[in-house]
Amino acid sequence: MRLDALLVALAVASALGVVAAQHQARKLFSALEREQTRTHGLEVEWGQLQLEQSTWAAHGRVEKLARDKLGLRPPAQGQMVVLEPQP
Amino acid sequence: MKKQRTVTFNHNPLLKRELPAWRSRFVLMALLGCSAALAGRALYLQGIHNEFLQAKGESRYARVLEVPATRGRITDRYGDMLAVSTPVRSVWAIPGDAQLEPGDARQLAKLLEMNAVELDAKLAGGRDFVYLKRQLAPDVADRISALKLPGIHQQREYRRFYPGGEVMSHVLGFTSIEDRGQEGIELAFEKLLAGQPGSRRVIKDRRGQVVEDVESIRQPRDGQDVVLAMDGKVQYLAYSALREAMQTHRAKAGAVVVLDVRTGEVLALANAPTFNPNNRANLTGAQLRNRVFTDTFEPGSVMKPFIAGLALERGKFKATSTIDTSPGRMTIGGASIGDAHRHGVLTVAEIIQKSSNIGTVKMAQQFTPDEMWRLFDQLGFGSPLNMGFPGEAGGRLRPAKSWRPIEQATMSYGHGISVSLIQMARAYLAFARDGDLPSLSLTRVDAASVAGRRVFSPEVARELRTMLEMAAGPGGTAPKAQVPGYRVAGKTGTAHKLEGGRYANKYVSSFVGFAPVSNPRLVVAVMIDEPSAGQHYGGAVAAPVFARIVEGSLRALGVAPDAPLTPLQFARKPGDAAVVVAVEESM
Repeated sequence: MRLDALLVALAVASALGVVAAQHQARKLFSALEREQTRTHGLEVEWGQLQLEQSTWAAHGRVEKLARDKLGLRPPAQGQMVVLEPQP
Repeated sequence: MKKQRTVTFNHNPLLKRELPAWRSRFVLMALLGCSAALAGRALYLQGIHNEFLQAKGESRYARVLEVPATRGRITDRYGDMLAVSTPVRSVWAIPGDAQLEPGDARQLAKLLEMNAVELDAKLAGGRDFVYLKRQLAPDVADRISALKLPGIHQQREYRRFYPGGEVMSHVLGFTSIEDRGQEGIELAFEKLLAGQPGSRRVIKDRRGQVVEDVESIRQPRDGQDVVLAMDGKVQYLAYSALREAMQTHRAKAGAVVVLDVRTGEVLALANAPTFNPNNRANLTGAQLRNRVFTDTFEPGSVMKPFIAGLALERGKFKATSTIDTSPGRMTIGGASIGDAHRHGVLTVAEIIQKSSNIGTVKMAQQFTPDEMWRLFDQLGFGSPLNMGFPGEAGGRLRPAKSWRPIEQATMSYGHGISVSLIQMARAYLAFARDGDLPSLSLTRVDAASVAGRRVFSPEVARELRTMLEMAAGPGGTAPKAQVPGYRVAGKTGTAHKLEGGRYANKYVSSFVGFAPVSNPRLVVAVMIDEPSAGQHYGGAVAAPVFARIVEGSLRALGVAPDAPLTPLQFARKPGDAAVVVAVEESM
């Protein structure tokens, strides 16, 4: 009789354990899901930032700014000095 | 008192009859049998034959989700982005379900940037499915889904962006609205770039949230990134130099290609007219043409150095051998060929320098058509380069057996044969390198140098470099190709255009050259189609483009100068332009 009671208690405990484990698994899974979504979102953002960077750094834009805003120009002949390493 | 008669119904004699015992047993058995049948069926369904019901149950909760994969990026050799896919959303509707309040409809129309009438017209059409707007920015799409309108749905898509805009458009090509490659690199590398969307089966609870990942049916595979050989700076230089020349000379079209001498990489490739791949409304065929690969032209005098190379290679001439080109005119099979100027007795080097047709023809006449055909074939003319680029042209090189003597003569100076600009640029690698020809690459090559197939011996290549440097120097046909600080070499070409089988009074001006001569790094080929602002000689139209590209590119690549930085000494005095005019090129 006491053995029966013990076995029943064990069975109940194990059943509760299964439920708890299942619940834990689902929680972890939804956490995984969230992180995966975030990864994807971050990847997308990275792509967009790269896009933005290359748009700002486009050679045409840089040249226009350098010429118009900063008043830069290519060095004229005779303004360049070439340095050579000592052999 | 009358004695009442008592009636007891339960002593009804009718009821006194004993029921047969089997009847109650029968009912009991029947009930037992029923419940046994139920239990058996339940056992059967739950334990033995449970797949069907399990599948049915799962289908109420299980969903197959599409896992999107992104298309690979395209970068230049330094990793700068040239093409990126970024998610956008398309808004679609089931017109039957979309019964919108006027206020909602107005709000939706405003978010979609269309007027309400237009939206009504789209929803009124008797179709089951209609796209309201494709490729909408995600933040606008979020605001639309926040309206929670019935019958309005969204779909995730990707849109390709090209930050380089029109500078790179012909190399990269573009993708369709489904993000599939249509042109250029996007099409050539479609297999690598395209992602493979995956799918997985999940179980959702009644609120629609995923609670369990049942299985992954197919792993998504993101498209691979493609690293091109292109150099962003060189490309921009090539593009802006070409655009400027197009304006100055009011040309119909133009193309430039820059190759790395050591690896055969395509560093830059520009075309004009061009287009903006981010906005492809009103595109014309002329804008789309990638002339470097798909158009062939009669190259004209840029062909001459190869004949000189063959002559030196076979030992028929030396660089110092003299050929009499007077009187500047000769007749072959009834047709006459001439030089623009009388040059008299010239050395082989001077023939190249001054671009004499007669001299070149006299060299070519030392060879059989078959020998010349084999040279052209080795140089890659007449068949596509097979670089994987869509629409590569092979050019026209007829079999040697069908050549008439006059044709062999004209082919030696680049008429009666057609090539694409990339073929010509590659052929010049044979001079810039020590006589061998590597295969070209559109993608970055991670090697210091690449070996090729030998066409000329190193000695001949060296001699030709000297001749071509003379051609680009004072007394040559293209002094305007010169660059302060670097020794340059190259050959001009000015060819009449064939129109309806006859040579018209329209020209293709070209220049193909390399620099620095002491240790060549770049081959630059320039082609300007129909310059119409007065000048049409390759030395006046195409050579300055070459000079601009070489000057900027070599500095950007950090190549040490091999010539003094002081202005190169021209034969002429300042203000006296006579010398440049005097070396007008023949044909």
